[in-house]
Amino acid sequence: MSAGRVLLKRELSLAWGGGGGPLLACGFFLALTAIVPLAAGGDPRVLQPVAGGIAWIALALASLLSLERLFERDFEDGALDLLALGPLPLEAVFAVKALAQWLAIGLPLAVAAPVAAIALGADPGWAPLILGSALLGSLGFAFTGALGAALALGSKRGGLLIAVVVLPLFIPPVIFGAGALEQALTGLSPWPALALLGATPCSPWR
Amino acid sequence: MDIANGSHMIGRLCIDDLGLSRGERVLFHGLSVDLDAGEALALTGANGAGKTSLLRAIAGFIRPDAGAVRFSEGPGAEIEPETARARHIHLLGHLEGLKGARTAREELAFQTAWCGRGGIDSAVEALGLAPLLDLETRKLSAGQRRRLSLARLIAAPRALWLLDEPLAPLDARWRAVATQLMQDHLAGGGMVIAAVHDPLDLPCHTLDVGAAS
Repeated sequence: MSAGRVLLKRELSLAWGGGGGPLLACGFFLALTAIVPLAAGGDPRVLQPVAGGIAWIALALASLLSLERLFERDFEDGALDLLALGPLPLEAVFAVKALAQWLAIGLPLAVAAPVAAIALGADPGWAPLILGSALLGSLGFAFTGALGAALALGSKRGGLLIAVVVLPLFIPPVIFGAGALEQALTGLSPWPALALLGATPCSPWR
Repeated sequence: MDIANGSHMIGRLCIDDLGLSRGERVLFHGLSVDLDAGEALALTGANGAGKTSLLRAIAGFIRPDAGAVRFSEGPGAEIEPETARARHIHLLGHLEGLKGARTAREELAFQTAWCGRGGIDSAVEALGLAPLLDLETRKLSAGQRRRLSLARLIAAPRALWLLDEPLAPLDARWRAVATQLMQDHLAGGGMVIAAVHDPLDLPCHTLDVGAAS
């Protein structure tokens, strides 16, 4: 088995084991979308136009949740030394860990996104587009988020620092993701926005 | 791929005029030492003298102020530090990188596959780990955790062992076993550099890290 697969398997087992990380993130995501109608009023005419956008904000915030532990855990218990002495360069270790983060957290969140948007009054016909854009977007969130997590490694109160570093970097995926929905709603092609959204996971390497 | 017995392994380690500091504090400078295949080096010195930092600098985790650490296969056949790190070096520190929620078997299997090759059976036997394999690592004592970490060195052969207080948590019986494993490693052409407080019970060079400054 190649070293990349060995690491990916372990990262996934760590993400799923001990505390059910994906379920917690999904719970946070759904709770966030449930609060919005209470804060903004339950009028469907108010909620419907912004349903997709709210789902996107919730997706971005829920993606932040588990970033703090992504590298911190390995740094504290010495596993990072072991990873640094492995056959893969650290860039590849980073990519594998970010990919595992997406598979464990981003993917379930993306599946929950259309549910949340429809619950807020979005047309069920848009579900495939919301799902598709959320899949690409959460991949972008995972890679840019992992970049922030790596930068904040070893600092006290890393979680807050990560949020401050990463949220501005989340702006492009949010613009293109919510933009794709907006363009589809107004009858334009969502593909250009989706293409740009698909490029955001490459941002750590730009 | 058996790295320890293969053709590509570290045959010589040269530490050349090395200087290290942590933050503002200079640990030592002008430290030079050579080590050949089959030789062991014991690092002694007071707490805080820089033994751990020296081990981490050899592994390439700390950039030295001056000097260099060089690895070679033999005369004129240098090995890049990145290659040495990826294939030839084991570092066993105070922190063992074991995940509490995973079983000893899962952790050993991962570490072995990550550092080299697959089979863990002989290492499990050598370190008496069979009864512990299905326990979560958080339930292991310090000595048991150390034995589990030592098993990685046996299961995934690499030429250079960098050990930080390898025997400290072990009882007399397992100290003897671990010392024997080090001797076997040296006999097979490997190298050991160990930070110790008590002298190692095997033929080795000694370097007083504190006195080098």
